[in-house]
Amino acid sequence: MTIKAEKISKQYFRKTGSANYFYAVSPLSLEIRAGEVTLLMGRSGSGKTTLLNMLAGLLAPTEGRVWIGDTDLYSLDDKALSRLRSEKIGVIPQSRSAIDTLTVMENILLPAKLYGKPLPAESARQWMNELGIAHLQDARPAELSGGELRRMAIARAMIQGSDILLADEPTGDLDDENTSLVLSAFRAAAHAGKAVLLVTHEKDALNYADQVYHMSAGVIQPVDQNKEQS
Amino acid sequence: MTIKNLVRKPGRTTVLTLLTAFLALAVFGGSVVVLSLRSGLNSLEARLGADIILVPSEAQSKVSFQNMFLQGTTGAFYMDASALDKALEVEGVEKAAPQTFLASLKADCCSIKIQVIGIDPEKDFTVQPWIARSLTRALGDMDVAVGCKVEAGIGEIIRIYEQRCKVVARLEATGTGLDTAVYCNMNTMNQLLKAAEEKGVSHKMASGDAVISAVYIKAKDGYDIDAVNSQLNSCVRKATAVRTRSMITGVSDSLAGVSRTVTILIIAVWLLAFIILLLAFVLIIRERAREFAVLRLLGASRGMLARTVLLESALCGLLGGVTGVGLSALLLFPFAQLIESALQLPYLMPDVINVVWLGLGTVLLSVIVAALSSVIAAYRLSRVDPGSALREGN
Repeated sequence: MTIKAEKISKQYFRKTGSANYFYAVSPLSLEIRAGEVTLLMGRSGSGKTTLLNMLAGLLAPTEGRVWIGDTDLYSLDDKALSRLRSEKIGVIPQSRSAIDTLTVMENILLPAKLYGKPLPAESARQWMNELGIAHLQDARPAELSGGELRRMAIARAMIQGSDILLADEPTGDLDDENTSLVLSAFRAAAHAGKAVLLVTHEKDALNYADQVYHMSAGVIQPVDQNKEQS
Repeated sequence: MTIKNLVRKPGRTTVLTLLTAFLALAVFGGSVVVLSLRSGLNSLEARLGADIILVPSEAQSKVSFQNMFLQGTTGAFYMDASALDKALEVEGVEKAAPQTFLASLKADCCSIKIQVIGIDPEKDFTVQPWIARSLTRALGDMDVAVGCKVEAGIGEIIRIYEQRCKVVARLEATGTGLDTAVYCNMNTMNQLLKAAEEKGVSHKMASGDAVISAVYIKAKDGYDIDAVNSQLNSCVRKATAVRTRSMITGVSDSLAGVSRTVTILIIAVWLLAFIILLLAFVLIIRERAREFAVLRLLGASRGMLARTVLLESALCGLLGGVTGVGLSALLLFPFAQLIESALQLPYLMPDVINVVWLGLGTVLLSVIVAALSSVIAAYRLSRVDPGSALREGN
């Protein structure tokens, strides 16, 4: 399933000089295609996370539309949008995203549990195994390192997002070995037909990407991958 | 998840539960005390059962009626038995029944002095209906019915002025001093009076006279009780007619005062607890914003988040309500007598069914208050912006 952003923008109130508003994301159109890994790179504060949140259905754009397949995301009411997010979109936020009162396994199964769906425990175990956190399934988030928490969030998103994966700095807390592991997992997910967007500073990610964008001051531009890699 | 949130955040759960427990304790405890006082007063009114009591003129200087009926202070005063007939001749008197009092020395059944009250079972309309609930026949000679606080069981023999009296009934509690009295018929009373006299305790105005201590009077419907009272005062010599309402006015006033104080306290505690709970829930908004942002990220709708907060607080309310009611019951029921003597007011515990209903009502109220106080938090948390909340905690 493809995510299509159609002339979306996000403005915030900020009094700077004569202007009262500024564009966190300037009007842009973008397509994140199924079966591909799309890379979004750029400096901190360039608007990458804001764009990702808009694509994830978490932040309504000031203007424009976000389509998931044939569905206009922000035309849905909260209940329908939440359900769609639960079923189709796996999000890995940049920050810690564990529920402290639940174990690692319970955290991973939470999206299914929220809607009373059968718990994909077997699939959860496979992903935990693949990401090297199988031994932590009964641990509480407070007992985990940053890298382990990040891998927990990735495992959860892999199971949750049947069609779309949106990851914000997914390799931020990982060492080289685990970075490769995680990037390969995203590549595999794209091969399996998912649309994957990685917001990252990680240069190695270029090796796994099908299309690359650079974002600066709310504006995105496509990047020539060959030029970037050289 | 709700249960896990409560169990795995024991500090937060304990604070919220204790607050609601405090609330429930105050409401349940206060309500039981107020109800007990009210039912004590009702019971006293029912036991007095008369509109007017005619007593010897010197009686009021000898003993305080209020103390006699409320605390069971013993006392005795006598007038000629003809006062009964004279009272019956007064217009507006429907019924009149005599009672004779005798303060015992230390009877071997009791560690304290007891009040013996002689009644005429055929004429009596105040004590007899009460006795009839425990004894299906009339009191025979040398039979006694004992108040619930007299330590003597049915079938036991108690000695009053060396006279052997058989306990044939134990009466239901009234929450008043009447619970410490012993009741007998007039023949038994006359024998006890004679025995007392032989022991050197002179009770009679003049030896050989038939005496009574009081005449309980019921006015006819439609008659002004004050007018009947005045008539009695002018027609029966050496006797004073007292309206029973005036006897219990002091009690009623004290009770109203205690009830008012307890009610104000309950309202104050409710308000205070509600405000504290409200603040507690508002304070945890910030602490839990990240958690709820994550839930939004994972697909939870606003309604689901609001329900989670409301359910958690309602469960705390349930737990606190049950704890508070339980604690309150543990304090109130075993120490009922202590409370009664501290208050010095008629105090009769409501029956079990009413207590159970009151307990259930208090628990329900605790649940509602806890849920209501979390409404702001539920609203705010359900509208948390996941992007900002996650970034703030980064």
